[in-house]
Amino acid sequence: MSSITGRSELDAAPSGDLAGSTSRRGDRIFAGLSVGSGAIVVALIAAVAVFLLARAIPSLTDNSANFLTDRVWNPGGSPPQFGIPDLLWVTVISSIVAMVISVPVSVGVALFLTQYAPPRLARPFAAAIDLLAAVPSIVYGLWGAYIVLNYLNSIQSAIGRVFGWIPLFHNDQAIPNSIFAGSVILAVMILPIVTALSREVFTQTPAAHKEAALALGATRWEVIRTAVLPFGRPGVISASMLGLGRALGETIAVLFIINTVPTFSWSIFSGGETFASRIARDAGEFDTPQKTGAYIAAGLVLFVLTFAVNAIARVVIERRKDFRE
Amino acid sequence: MGGIALVGALALAACGSDNNSGSAGSSTSTGAAGGSSSSAAVTGTINGEGSTAQKNALDEAIADFTGENSGAQVNYNATGSGAGITSFNGGQADWAGSDSALKTEPAEGASSSETAAAKKRCAGNDAWNLPLVAGPIAVGYNAPGVDKLVLTPQLVAQIFQGKITRWNDPAIAKVNAGVTLPNQKITVFYRSDESGTTENFEKYLAGAAPQDYTATPSKKWSGTTGQGAAKSAGVAQGIKSTAGGIGYVEWSNAKDNNLGVAQIDNGGGPVQLTAESAGKAVAAAKADGTGNDLRLKLDYATKTAGVYPIVLVTYEIVCSKGLDAAKLPVLKSFLTYLATADTQKKLADIGYATLPESVLTKVNTAINTIS
Repeated sequence: MSSITGRSELDAAPSGDLAGSTSRRGDRIFAGLSVGSGAIVVALIAAVAVFLLARAIPSLTDNSANFLTDRVWNPGGSPPQFGIPDLLWVTVISSIVAMVISVPVSVGVALFLTQYAPPRLARPFAAAIDLLAAVPSIVYGLWGAYIVLNYLNSIQSAIGRVFGWIPLFHNDQAIPNSIFAGSVILAVMILPIVTALSREVFTQTPAAHKEAALALGATRWEVIRTAVLPFGRPGVISASMLGLGRALGETIAVLFIINTVPTFSWSIFSGGETFASRIARDAGEFDTPQKTGAYIAAGLVLFVLTFAVNAIARVVIERRKDFRE
Repeated sequence: MGGIALVGALALAACGSDNNSGSAGSSTSTGAAGGSSSSAAVTGTINGEGSTAQKNALDEAIADFTGENSGAQVNYNATGSGAGITSFNGGQADWAGSDSALKTEPAEGASSSETAAAKKRCAGNDAWNLPLVAGPIAVGYNAPGVDKLVLTPQLVAQIFQGKITRWNDPAIAKVNAGVTLPNQKITVFYRSDESGTTENFEKYLAGAAPQDYTATPSKKWSGTTGQGAAKSAGVAQGIKSTAGGIGYVEWSNAKDNNLGVAQIDNGGGPVQLTAESAGKAVAAAKADGTGNDLRLKLDYATKTAGVYPIVLVTYEIVCSKGLDAAKLPVLKSFLTYLATADTQKKLADIGYATLPESVLTKVNTAINTIS
């Protein structure tokens, strides 16, 4: 394609391979800037990881309990003892329950907005969903703790009565400020993220696919199943992973809603603490480097966890791409 | 910061000289021999950091103090006692508010004790712990139909350890003759965050009911029953929304949420929680430090009639010497203001104990020797 000015580099070097050697100053500066920006991101992540490791290692070596398996938390003691299995469990289970609640709803909302709703309705609706995403988490926390909690208790005990034989739904230690209650609020928080991204992907479904399905006599639902959903799947997965990332690291809402319990229970109707909520809760009382180190070690696990989630999401998306078409 | 201080100084120079003759420092100073240094309005900025338990008290005092000393700016950042001491020792804060006096023993993993670190920060001079704000800890409850509840330390310990699980337990009924106790489960609420309130409540249990409470008091709740909520507000909210709930909260939280507050009977008869009855506990405390370092040791098991024994004494930690000369007048003047009987009375309205004359006299003596 020839440029209007007739001074395009492509014209001078059609092969394109030699562009680097003949580039001008602007190109070099811009290339330098973008490489620099990329390098800063990598350097930042590396710096955070190094900081976490450097502060955590002294405490971890002093730790007389097993960091990964022991259910104790006494980082200020002598010798210090701390382990994270409870934190890991609550962090993961609260986020998973939130995903189970919010992803189907989000996909449903996105499908409604893109496939069913008339454009007149879809636009303000989408804006409302985006607004939800902008609500600060502290507001969700307050709303959850003071209002939503009052309505969840009966749902919780109903589920417990029917499915109580599954350890996950035991009612023995049930409290109103439960992990389940926290998950519901987390679900509301991630709903707009997942919805907005899924909607973007669904609108991009090629019209040819949909028309082809219709031409073959597919109903509206069959069009969605055979054309829209397969096309949007990687997008929905990456949207869910973004939401999961937010749920894993959510601090304030969890801190406000979920109460702690003295004895660990597998049930989501019991209480607990996530990594983020415990760190935030005790941050005012970090008085020795050793104690701080213990909390930083917990933070390191959260860092690795979110990293792993993102990595898995990438792998899944890449794989799905290959299968598509 | 510099700009603010400058503007403040100019404003004071312009209009300050004629309206501050009645500055609180001198007119209401209680027994301070040389308290005159704070009688004139002071200028400058000081920054404090620490305990959340004294936040409301300091906010109130700061508002009044800066109202009378328009050139002074006092900031208090309630981040927690541990963080406050760290900032103070690191030189970022001019004074620290703390729920407990500086520890004299090095903590595990730290090279020196808090006292030693504070001494280093004060250029080789001792740091003093001045008891200036005392907050009673209320045993708040929500038992339908129970307007008046008396508890002994043994009962408190047993309830909070899950040994007594129902409101109509005979042991509770015995000390509450004439009260209809509901046949309801007791739900214990405690602080899930690390807190000086927890530590002091546990110290009370360990001191007054040693047979029933055997754990070592610490900032982290040691019990094995009930549920933990974040901060005093969370505990108060939990009790309020749960019929049969009980928990320990700062008095102001109990008042704000209209919780029932149990009377405590240490052996000298039931004592209702008032600003005066809690203040008496501080008056009865033994001095635990030397000279002007006024760290206190409360007598939790006191049987003296009319003393409410569950009190959290919070300290202002200051350098005896070695503070920046520009900040010294403001700090001294502010502390003196805090130590007046008038200020203490005002604090009673927002849920703090009134420190008695005897304590304030000692504190004033100490403040006057800060240089």
